[in-house]
Amino acid sequence: MGTPVATASTEGRGIPAAPTRPSRWRRLIQGQELVVTLVGIALIIFFSVATSAFATGSNLSTVSGYIAPILILAVAEVPVLTLGEIDLSVGGVYVLSPFLVVYLNNAGIPPLLGIIITLVIGIVIGIINGLITVYLRVPSFITTLGTVFALEGIVLLSSNGIQVNPVGGDTLAQVLGAWQFSSILWALGIAVALHIVFRHTSFGLHITATGGNVTASAESGVKVGWVRVACFAICSLLGAFLGILDGYRIGSLNPGTDGLTLMFYGVAAAVVGGTALTGGKGTIIGAAIGAIVLGVLEDGFNIMGINAFAYQLVLGLAILGAMILNIQMDSLRAGRRGGGRARKKSARGADPGAGQSLPSVEDDSSPESASTH
Amino acid sequence: MADQTKNQGGSVLRIEEISKSFGPVSALEGVTLHLEPGEVLGLVGSNGAGKSTLVKIITGYYQPDGGRIWVDGEPVEFKSVDDARAHGIETVFQDLALVDELSVYHNLFLNRELTVGRGLRFLRNKRMKEEARRYLSDIQVSIPSVDTPVEKLSGGQRQAIAVARATRQPGMKILLLDEPLAAMGAREASLIIALVKNLAREHGVSMLVVDHNYTHIFELCDRINVIEQGRVTLDKRVEETSLGELTEFMLTSYKQQLQYG
Ligand SMILES: Nc1ncnc2c1ncn2[C@@H]1O[C@H](COP(=O)(O)OP(=O)(O)OP(=O)(O)O)[C@@H](O)[C@H]1O
Ligand SMILES: [Mg+2]
Repeated sequence: MGTPVATASTEGRGIPAAPTRPSRWRRLIQGQELVVTLVGIALIIFFSVATSAFATGSNLSTVSGYIAPILILAVAEVPVLTLGEIDLSVGGVYVLSPFLVVYLNNAGIPPLLGIIITLVIGIVIGIINGLITVYLRVPSFITTLGTVFALEGIVLLSSNGIQVNPVGGDTLAQVLGAWQFSSILWALGIAVALHIVFRHTSFGLHITATGGNVTASAESGVKVGWVRVACFAICSLLGAFLGILDGYRIGSLNPGTDGLTLMFYGVAAAVVGGTALTGGKGTIIGAAIGAIVLGVLEDGFNIMGINAFAYQLVLGLAILGAMILNIQMDSLRAGRRGGGRARKKSARGADPGAGQSLPSVEDDSSPESASTH
Repeated sequence: MADQTKNQGGSVLRIEEISKSFGPVSALEGVTLHLEPGEVLGLVGSNGAGKSTLVKIITGYYQPDGGRIWVDGEPVEFKSVDDARAHGIETVFQDLALVDELSVYHNLFLNRELTVGRGLRFLRNKRMKEEARRYLSDIQVSIPSVDTPVEKLSGGQRQAIAVARATRQPGMKILLLDEPLAAMGAREASLIIALVKNLAREHGVSMLVVDHNYTHIFELCDRINVIEQGRVTLDKRVEETSLGELTEFMLTSYKQQLQYG
């Protein structure tokens, strides 16, 4: 393609040359991500100097354990948040999934197969959330609030509130969370993979487009219904996977686990890292850095013996600060069109044309990443 | 009503008795019109007459409640915008269909990105940027850079990007323009008019142009249809009518609507 179909009579007026390109590194981390990175580095330096226990090998595994769950939930929420939606139910999926593996095992299904089935169930829960949100036009906050309570209820009912141990051989357990660095490696791997999908594929572009302006995207032919359902499915899948990882990492399954709070830590990390709750703007790298900052903060406070409630206070202030920073940077960038983002952002309640049929899932990844810069 | 197998007289687009309601609001009540190869048809009518609804039906964004559509004499039923595009129908929507947060070049290529790989399709951003830059300079649209998010462009520049996105498509047969010049300055408007005329004259693209500015309509079009309250009420070639007559017709029917409507 590309040969223009038509040209108006030329009089030789080209467009001005593009401004000089920022360096690759600058483009990877910019704006709020940069601010949060600096905050993170400052925290690490502070805790290393202020305590003797922070910069130690054994603490590296402890802090990894804090960071990994927040990181996975943060990057899982980024696509959904970019759509202007939220998935609260992922906290419930997180609690439910390791129990499902145990129940399936009790029914005679081997652990590995049980894990795969559980992940599929995670996807199905996400699809249900997505379908209710997109086609029945229930705001996702409400849809997933319903699912999260339902799922936590299922866990409590089915377990009679009794703790159980995860099932599976030692190798399986070590790979899926029991080894001290396995969760953090999974988390980083997931973040990298999601970043590539989000930034370098047409699916990722369609997420940002749909979140920015659902009507315009639908008019451009983007399958906005499918895109939204797929993001809920991805989020829920990652929640199910994290539940399994954490089951093996912790070594026992508590039906009373507060998945909802953990989910909010993930959302907080995403927001701190520069993802806007209003949609149209998300960054996986920012969310990952935000999760690292929150994990370091929690760990450092623990080591210093600061009251756990203080962590909550700091977390709250950090979210507020990040939101303000986010919005201020936006209006700085938008300059004189600063009010431009005030228009309707909701990805819901679009006109009938926005509803699209669901084509086949495109998820068989192609290895040759010919991403361009 | 016409029989589907009947020869449709070579029209590139023919629509018959198209109707569409939104709940209690009846937007179209049996619109019939045709478009000949290389012809530019002007569609005028007061606010809320149903022009944009008609455009969105032809482009597959809305599905009609009733009526039939033929493209090149072949009956079609578009389920999506992509369906219509596969038949060579391109559209500039009244709302421009631009995503503010995305760069100019991503908007130009939205849903038709240049990619490599199947399944997960990886963006070829460099190629898209180059092609966007080249095409925009070919049609003399000046913007600061193709990397600029469209939220930073002026209203007229945004409109130019929306027009460029539609006209860039090589396989295009029919171009639907819903108020493409509304926010443009005189120079930009004349550039776009030249571009659009060239598409029709040199490349045989058929067009449907919605515009409230009758001067533009007379400058661009071969034929004019007036649409009122969901129906076509006037169909004349430009040489059979005049600016005065059209204005008179619109005013008269507007007064009648006030009296009887
Ligand atoms: N998505 C929708 N939901 C409900 N009503 C709609 C919708 N789209 C259009 N309408 C109604 O249909 C009628 C025709 O609208 P349409 O946008 O086609 O008018 P138009 O001729 O393009 O007007 P304008 O010149 O102002 O652009 C109006 O009464 C409008 O309120
Ligand atoms: Mg209109």
